[in-house]
This record gives sequence, structure tokens and C-alpha cells, in this order.
Amino acid sequence: MSTAIGLTERDAAVAEAAAEGGLRLAADVFLENKLALAAAVTFAVIALFCFVGPLVYHTDQVHTNISQTTRHPGSAHLLGTDDVGYDELGRLMVGGQTSLEIALGAAAVAVVVGVLWGAIAGFFGGIVDAVMMRVVDAVLAIPALFLLLFLASITTASVGILIAVVGLIAWLVPARLVRGETLSLRTREYVQAVRVMGGGPLRIILRHIVPNTIGTVIVNATFQIADAILVVAALSFLGLGIPPPSANWGGMLSNGLNYSYAGYWWLVYPPGVAIVITVVCFNFIGDALRDAFEVRLRRR
Amino acid sequence: MTGYVLRRIVQAAVVLLLVSVIVFVMLHELPGGTARAVLGERATNVAIEQFNKQNGFDQPLPVQYWRWLDQIVHGDLGFSFKQNESVSQLLADRLPKTMLLAGTSVLLALLVSIPLGFVQALRRNRLVDYFLTAMAFVFYSTPAFWLALVLITLFAIQLRLFPAQAPQGSIGQIVAEPGGMVLPVLTIALVSIAFFSRYVRSSTLENLLQDYVRTARAKGASTWRVAFGHVLRNALVPVVTLVGLSLPFVFAGTLISEEIFNYPGMGLLFYNAAVARDYPVLLGVTLVVGAATVVGSLLADICYGLLDPRVRLARR
Repeated sequence: MSTAIGLTERDAAVAEAAAEGGLRLAADVFLENKLALAAAVTFAVIALFCFVGPLVYHTDQVHTNISQTTRHPGSAHLLGTDDVGYDELGRLMVGGQTSLEIALGAAAVAVVVGVLWGAIAGFFGGIVDAVMMRVVDAVLAIPALFLLLFLASITTASVGILIAVVGLIAWLVPARLVRGETLSLRTREYVQAVRVMGGGPLRIILRHIVPNTIGTVIVNATFQIADAILVVAALSFLGLGIPPPSANWGGMLSNGLNYSYAGYWWLVYPPGVAIVITVVCFNFIGDALRDAFEVRLRRR
Repeated sequence: MTGYVLRRIVQAAVVLLLVSVIVFVMLHELPGGTARAVLGERATNVAIEQFNKQNGFDQPLPVQYWRWLDQIVHGDLGFSFKQNESVSQLLADRLPKTMLLAGTSVLLALLVSIPLGFVQALRRNRLVDYFLTAMAFVFYSTPAFWLALVLITLFAIQLRLFPAQAPQGSIGQIVAEPGGMVLPVLTIALVSIAFFSRYVRSSTLENLLQDYVRTARAKGASTWRVAFGHVLRNALVPVVTLVGLSLPFVFAGTLISEEIFNYPGMGLLFYNAAVARDYPVLLGVTLVVGAATVVGSLLADICYGLLDPRVRLARR
């Protein structure tokens, strides 16, 4: 019965593939789930566009050009120019670099801090766990955008600062997830075996617990990247992003929206669509990975 | 149950205290200290020293924290020198309006996303599911400020159905003008629906795999009966937690929505304070929003315990 109620045949196939475990799993997920494969390929194209594109398509993204403002798309400027004369297509590439760098950097910071925090809290348990987790609860209680706006108002944003600031707020969720998994991992036989053999807490956490939470962590990291792109865009819109001449998709979009009534669609849709597509890609990839990992957990 | 509730209340109190510590630390991380923030960059060192002495900022940090906590407990959240009004007064005016905006949006989001998510789960991997999933992803991935401006272009400028500015004035005046609430609420609700419906979908899917579903089917219950008589109510239990968990997310939504539609709520107050570097207001709002989130998730957990006995009995 492969109708609405009960497992479908596809699930069974995924479960079987997933049971093989390891890195094979990721490959299987992408081959099994065409949507996720399409998302991964799309992201690869976007990354190439941003980082390799400027090598092919040369534009000046530092000096403004007042005589060439808001030109319609044409042969000289494939996507027109913006309100201070930057070539929009070239800016889309450079802005994409910034957006992706911040998003990937912030996700990396979030994952490293979150995994260590969660693993330490879960492993030691008791009062250590209680204190560490209440700290997570407390920071989580303050909406990220409020904290970010506050932090952004006392510093001048740069790529490094945004990575640190977004990452230091985003680590909370992975910390919770990893702590939950650590609670069950620390009672496993192989962890007890390491203990008996004289392995210290550091060794157990880094070599035996963290690697086993990798599934959860990868899934969460993908969502973190997606969220970071949106958060940075929101900050740019609120006027607390990275100041010009640096560009990022969120800043370009919010700047372009000022001209949407003038009909300058090429200042709105390219950065907007770039954000939506990139975020959708990461969400699709994350969803597919999570489905696969959850099926694997269910089979255990 | 009493034990469970008590444990959660103690936990929430600790978290609340930690929130206050975080806000206090933020207060002391201000560039140049509070004195500079209040008196301006050109204040003389003598003036700053005097200000610090008057306000007790020359005391040791723990003493300062204790005094600050004492003030907060007595309802004194500080004074906005920029707006010449106490922060508590500003908040008393703005908080109910934000509650109205957030509450309406969450309610609308739930009313739409529960049926959507449920249908998606029942028709898993069918055309309806794929279509709604795609819609959810696109809405979730669109920057809220862009969505708001698309709504304004469409409904306020082209169709002229709703005004592009939220109603102003007291909460009574806002309620009297529901048309103006439509776009601000829709901005928050559309993104929330995308988020909530995914949650309802996976919660329903999880329930469809449970043994009680197989039992019900084995007894000969129709798909219809299994879905609406058994699965629906069980799948809705985690939604209670979802509402609690989504509070920070919703507050962030109100910030963007209030900024765009000029809705006189806490988000706009916070945004204007961030631009003007009005630190007492920033910290007051942060504290209140943090407290609201803690209390919200406490209530959600208690409701969850009431609905699902396994939760309150499990962690003994």
C-alpha cells in the first residue's frame, strides 16, 4: 500500500541506501533526490558565477560613474547600471562573493562553536550541562535580529565582523541539537570502552562523539547558510550592513527597491532572485539530507 | 504535573536572570560607556566623571548589576534621554500594539498552515505536496522586506485595496481601522505560513507511521476516519511547542514589518533607537522581548505537558 498512509517504496529504497552509511550516504541522497541534486548543481553555478565571473566579465566596482547611472540593460552593460553607475551584472558577482563569504563563514563559526558547546554540555551532564544550556536558552530568547541590530549599531560592519556577529548568534541551535545527541552517544559501549582504556574527556568528545553527530551538524549547517544570507540581507535593508563601495545582494536589493517605482526592474530582480534561489537551494539540500539521516536513525 | 510545572518555572526564572545579565553586559559594552552615549562625544572628562558618580557607574560591577536589577523589578527600565520619556512608558504604549500585530499574524498563519501541512502529509509526494512545498520554500526564502514591498506595489498601488501605511495612534484607533493592518499582518503571516506548514507536515507524517494508525486501519477504519479522527489531533500537539519556539522569529518579523509600514509598535521603536543610538530604549526593548519569549515558551511547555502526559512523566 503505497498511498498516503504508511511507508512508500521510495522510503524503503532510501532507507536501504542510507543504511550503508558514511559518505556514500550523501552521494546516494543526491542521486536519489533529483531536487537536491538540481539544488547542488544550481549552487555550484551560482558560486562559479560569483567567483569566476569577474575574471571573465571585467567591470569597475570601486569608482562610481555619474555619467552612466541607471542605464537600461544593453550591449554596453548586460544588466544595466545602478544609481551611481556601477555595472549591475558585475556588481551581482562581487556582491554575491560577499554574501556567500559571510553566509559560509557564519555557518562555519556557528557549527564549530555550537558543536563544541553542545558536546561538552552533553558529555559532562549535571550542573555543567544545566548552566551551559540555560545560557543557550537565554541568548536564544532574545530575537537574533534585535541582537544583531544592537551589535551592528555599536560597530561598523565589515565582512569579518558580520561573520563573527551572525555566527555567534547562530551557534545556539546546533549546540542544542548536538547536546541532545551527545546525551545518548555518551552511554554507548564504544565510549565506555574508550574510557576503560584510559581515554580522557577531550579525546572522547573530539574523536568519538563529535564525529558521530556529523549528520545532524551537516544538515543544520546547510540551514544556517540559508538563514545567514537572509539575516545579512535584512541587516542591509535596515541600513546596518557593510557600507559602500562594498556590495552584497541584500544591500543591492534594498537599494534597488528605492527605484522600483521608477521601473528600474534590473536593480530589483537580479539581486532578489539571486537571494531567493540561493536560499532555496540550501533549504532543499538540507531537507534532503535530513530526510536521509532521519530514515537512517529510524532503521537503527 | 506540579513537579513538571515547578521545574519548568525555576528553569524559566534562571533563563530570565541570564537574559538580564546579557542585557547588562551589553549596557557596559557600549562604546565609551553609558555616559558618552548620553552626554555625547564632546562631553568633557569632568562631566563624564560627574555623570558616572551621579548614576552610580563608578561602583563595582556586581553592585551596579544589583542596583539595576532592583530598578527593573520595580518597573524602572531607564530613561530615554533622546525622547525625554521613561523607557517603561514608551514600552507600555508600544508593547500592546506589537502583541496585537504578532498575535493576529500567528493566528492567521496557524489557521492557514495547519490545513495546508495536513493535506501535504496525506498527499505526500503528489502534485499538491510538491506545489505547496515549492511555494513554502519560495516564501520562506524571500527577504521579508522585499515581500512587503511587493505586497505594497500590488495591493496598495495597483489594486488600491489596502493602504500602504499602518494605522497610527492608540490601540483603539488601530483596531478601528482593520484595513491598514492587512498588509503588515500579511508580511509576517506569509513567511510564518511557509515555516509552520513544513512543521505540521512533518509532524503529521511522523504520526502516520505510528502503530495506532496501523491498528485503526486493521480495525477497518477508513482513510478519512484515520486521518481526521486519529492523526489530526495527535499531529497538532507539537504545534503548541512550535508557537512557543517561533516567538523570536515572529518578533523579528514584526521588526521588519513595523519598519516598512510605519506601524507604531516595539519593533519600530527599537529600529529608530538603533539608528539614533538611543541605548536605554534598545536595552529596555531587548529585555522585554527576551522576557516575553521566555514566558511564551514556558506557557507552551506547560500546555504541551497538559496535552501529552509522556512529556511530564518521562524525565523523572
